[in-house]
Amino acid sequence: MGEKVLMKGTEAIGEAAMRANCQCFFGYPITPQTELAAYMAKHMPKAGRVFVQAESEVAAINMVYGAGGAGVRCMTSSSSPGVSLKSEGISYIAGAEVPCVIVNIVRGGPGLGSIQPAQSDYFQATKGGGHGDYHMPVYAPSSVQEMADLMQEAFDVADEYRTPCMIMGDGMLGQMMEPVEFTERTPRQLPPKDWAASGLRGRQHHNAINSLYLQPEELEKHNIDLQAKFQKIKENEIHYELHKCDRDNDVIIAAYGTTARVCKNAIKLAEAEGIKVGLVRPITLWPFPDVAFEETVNKTRFGYLTVEMSAGQMVEDVRLAVNGRKPVTFYGRMGGMVPDPVSILERVKQMMDGEVR
Amino acid sequence: MALTFEKTKGLTEVSTHYCPGCTHGIIHRLVGEVLEELGVLDKAIGVAPVGCSVLAHEYFSCDMFGAAHGRAPAVATGIKRSVPDSVVFTYQGDGDLAAIGTAEIVHAATRGEKITTIFVNNAIYGMTGGQMAPTSLPGQVTDTTPYGRDTGVAGFPIHVSEMISTLDGPAYVERVSVDSVKNVLKAKKAIKKAFEYQIAGKGFTMVEVLSTCPTNWGLSAAEALNWLRDNMIPYYPLGVKKDIAGEMK
Repeated sequence: MGEKVLMKGTEAIGEAAMRANCQCFFGYPITPQTELAAYMAKHMPKAGRVFVQAESEVAAINMVYGAGGAGVRCMTSSSSPGVSLKSEGISYIAGAEVPCVIVNIVRGGPGLGSIQPAQSDYFQATKGGGHGDYHMPVYAPSSVQEMADLMQEAFDVADEYRTPCMIMGDGMLGQMMEPVEFTERTPRQLPPKDWAASGLRGRQHHNAINSLYLQPEELEKHNIDLQAKFQKIKENEIHYELHKCDRDNDVIIAAYGTTARVCKNAIKLAEAEGIKVGLVRPITLWPFPDVAFEETVNKTRFGYLTVEMSAGQMVEDVRLAVNGRKPVTFYGRMGGMVPDPVSILERVKQMMDGEVR
Repeated sequence: MALTFEKTKGLTEVSTHYCPGCTHGIIHRLVGEVLEELGVLDKAIGVAPVGCSVLAHEYFSCDMFGAAHGRAPAVATGIKRSVPDSVVFTYQGDGDLAAIGTAEIVHAATRGEKITTIFVNNAIYGMTGGQMAPTSLPGQVTDTTPYGRDTGVAGFPIHVSEMISTLDGPAYVERVSVDSVKNVLKAKKAIKKAFEYQIAGKGFTMVEVLSTCPTNWGLSAAEALNWLRDNMIPYYPLGVKKDIAGEMK
């Protein structure tokens, strides 16, 4: 077993990335993820690895495209407005199938918004963000420990499927200090990076990292191949947690990240009043764990309450997964406000009273 | 019969899509020949831009990247930093480098990234059909300056090599032209020197190559070369703009 240390979320991400053999970090300062860049600036060069502070988020993601395309494990991190800037690059990375990890410590928007925690980038992360038909695995940790664990998982999944992966946290998780244990993971069997453009070095054919296909027939074939890959990811890489779902509940809450932790407190409050509430916590936001709703649809009497720090984004995927079999309602706070357990329980009671549908 | 001339191994067998009279073909060949002569084709990695040379990844025989518009110097930074023994070059046009990619080229240069940029300046957006470029000359007629580039409205051209040479990061910056045999040979010398500096780890190097666009200039191949000579060279003086070897003397 590894040692247990007290760490900030952003630092745990950095340490986990280094343990996952991340060789290059390209970043640009933005609150609330700057501690991650500072951690990498301090530790990467000492380990003989690369830290570059780019001139913009746009440049940083394109440095990732270069390093990842050369076959080297690399990452970048930012917060919401910065991830909007990176979205062009993420589309190219998805199109050219370059493995890398992007961290988004989400803050309130739209625009410059605030620097407080939010979950309002769910659509951007899971439905594309950049242009074109693509998806990337999106991981939503809800503790510092999980941030560390998922970081390593994200690097492996990126390499296995030649895809960008996103770790989506929020300012709360990034700033929170919790004990973390860095355990030795069983590494995946990863395919060789024989596609990488790192110089011929005796290879007979040249490799090109590229997302341009001028012939529509070729571009359609490329898209069909990408979709087949996304299907494979859907089949193999879904993660979720079911909390108190092995019983007949009055209501089941769907929530992820920081919000899921608040919801667990609401569930405790509910129990004290004799109300049974379960929780479906998606850990991968894409691929979305539809299966978690298959498993629980008969374990809730009044349906699902989706709780988010947004105007209601994940709730659309919950509705698709539940597909009309039970009512799905929504409770959210926006702009950096965090939902509190009492208000969540209030919503649960309203559902039970038939006041919200 | 004795072999007296051979196509460089730095280029593939793919036929280029460039218009008749366009000088991209010459510049491709110079880069390919230099990489071959320096014996670095095996560890060379090129970055193609968005613009007329967007398909350059099919023409160079070394490993290649296609970059997003303007981002080639950032992509090259990622490559060079992660594979330090590689020989990395970007191949960019004037719209790519001097408009949408201004931040990337300036910062790669000032960081002293050990890469070589081949900057092809033909004073126009060629691929999209002849719009004003950041390097279009005052008075130049283009699709988007149909009455000639009015500097009061459209601003002034950027002297990229002069601008980059004010930075401390670059080791070598030279402007050359491919309008004549003599100048083509000079251009090759400059490109070779830039790569030699990169291989020696001296810092950022850039060669700006004044080039033609007969199609969008509305001129024949021969007229285009004359136009370059008569209009571009006086505005964009040829020569070494920065050379740290020179500074050390």
